[in-house]
Amino acid sequence: MARIGVIALQGDVSEHVLAMQKALQGKGEVIEIRKAGLIAGCSGLVLPGGESTTISRQLANSGMTEELKAAAKAGVPILATCAGLVLVSKDIGGEAKVKPLGLMDIKIDRNAFGPQRESFETDLQVAGFEKPYRAIFIRAPAIAAAGAGVQVLARVGEAIVAARQKNLLALAFHPELTDDTRFHQIFLKMLEA
Amino acid sequence: MELENLRFGTELLKRGFAKMQKGGVIMDVTTPDQAIIAEEAGAVAVMALHAVPADIRKMGGVARMADPAIIEAIIDAVTIPVMAKARIGHFVEAQILEALGVDMVDESEVLTPADEFHIEKTKFTIPFVCGARNLGEACRRIKEGAAMIRTKGEAGTGDVSQAVLHMRMIQGQIRSLKGMDDLQLMEAAREIEADLDLVRECARMQRLPVVNFAAGGVATPADAALMMQLGADGVFVGSGIFKSETPAAMATAIVQAVHHYDDPKLLAEVSKGLGAAMKGLDAASIPAAEALQTRGW
Repeated sequence: MARIGVIALQGDVSEHVLAMQKALQGKGEVIEIRKAGLIAGCSGLVLPGGESTTISRQLANSGMTEELKAAAKAGVPILATCAGLVLVSKDIGGEAKVKPLGLMDIKIDRNAFGPQRESFETDLQVAGFEKPYRAIFIRAPAIAAAGAGVQVLARVGEAIVAARQKNLLALAFHPELTDDTRFHQIFLKMLEA
Repeated sequence: MELENLRFGTELLKRGFAKMQKGGVIMDVTTPDQAIIAEEAGAVAVMALHAVPADIRKMGGVARMADPAIIEAIIDAVTIPVMAKARIGHFVEAQILEALGVDMVDESEVLTPADEFHIEKTKFTIPFVCGARNLGEACRRIKEGAAMIRTKGEAGTGDVSQAVLHMRMIQGQIRSLKGMDDLQLMEAAREIEADLDLVRECARMQRLPVVNFAAGGVATPADAALMMQLGADGVFVGSGIFKSETPAAMATAIVQAVHHYDDPKLLAEVSKGLGAAMKGLDAASIPAAEALQTRGW
């Protein structure tokens, strides 16, 4: 049975837990991970939205950084949203405030769309989806450049906002804030692989 | 991608912004240097002010929105969200803050109220946080468009007792709605002068439908953890950091305390050697006319 761990250091953790439970439909459990020692027991992981500077600092303090890197390397599927997207990246463009985990071959433009005033909802065209996907962007980052091994799933203008690289699914928006579980379904399929 | 396809300032975006702050500490700052200290300590956002509440209390006079130049300098100094306070009912101060690129407005009783009515917050693109002492106040603010609630507490005192009182009041009132039938909910809504749909929602969810932070008197890591154990989604710290002896260490410790609020051993560890907390003021000693929490309704 699937056991999904939501990294619960800061951000919209309970929303992620509920959205994942809904997607699982009883075929697995969701746990909140607030300290080291629990990541190894999970078949999938979620890095939620929140403030990437805060989460990055807490990850380092909690000793979870190495555990997360090891899980990613071992092929454990990771769903990273918004701040999570920043954290899984290799390169955040010279900013020293956040130490990314360097798991995914992408370059991030943090807060690519401006302050909260510029936060938006939009219908995204997503590779592999029949109908558009309503996406919620909140002070969102974007992927400015992606390596050859990264599959681009959606864009807003030029900016890449959804991408996949092997066991990593990274989204600039918040699938946990809407009822549409299609990205969660992709993630759960990754668990079966 | 058609740009006209984008929608801004929806309820979901406003409440969603507040959700991203959960489990975090929002710190009052008056200079870019303080904002950088707050960010480095792990704050999820800063509140840009011309003076912290303890000083506003001391100075007396009319307290207004901060100088836009200070707010701009603080926005430029950090990458975390920047909030700023507008007077209760002063919708033009709020318009100015929105134009400056502030991420959230605190319609705050710490400043001198401009109107007996609060701001019509649904008209704005950016979200608002408002103070509340009880469920009725919280629901009225949410109905006006607040995307986040915080306890009023008694700002600038460093005395956590009023924040505790207000948090217990809101939680207790929500618990009392449990199991009521719709007629009883109608009666309850009338009694607390709140919108019925919101009261129904609180009864069903057994919490406020928006993020609920603690504020108004949090001065130590233990205070912050206390508010979290009482059910706060996060904590605002006003004067508590930069009125303490060691602001950077205090800021870091309070962030740790909010993350590990239910781990007393860790709380003991992070509380060590912080020097004196802000001196503070016993909230019970404040004459009724000087209390900030009774501003607004």
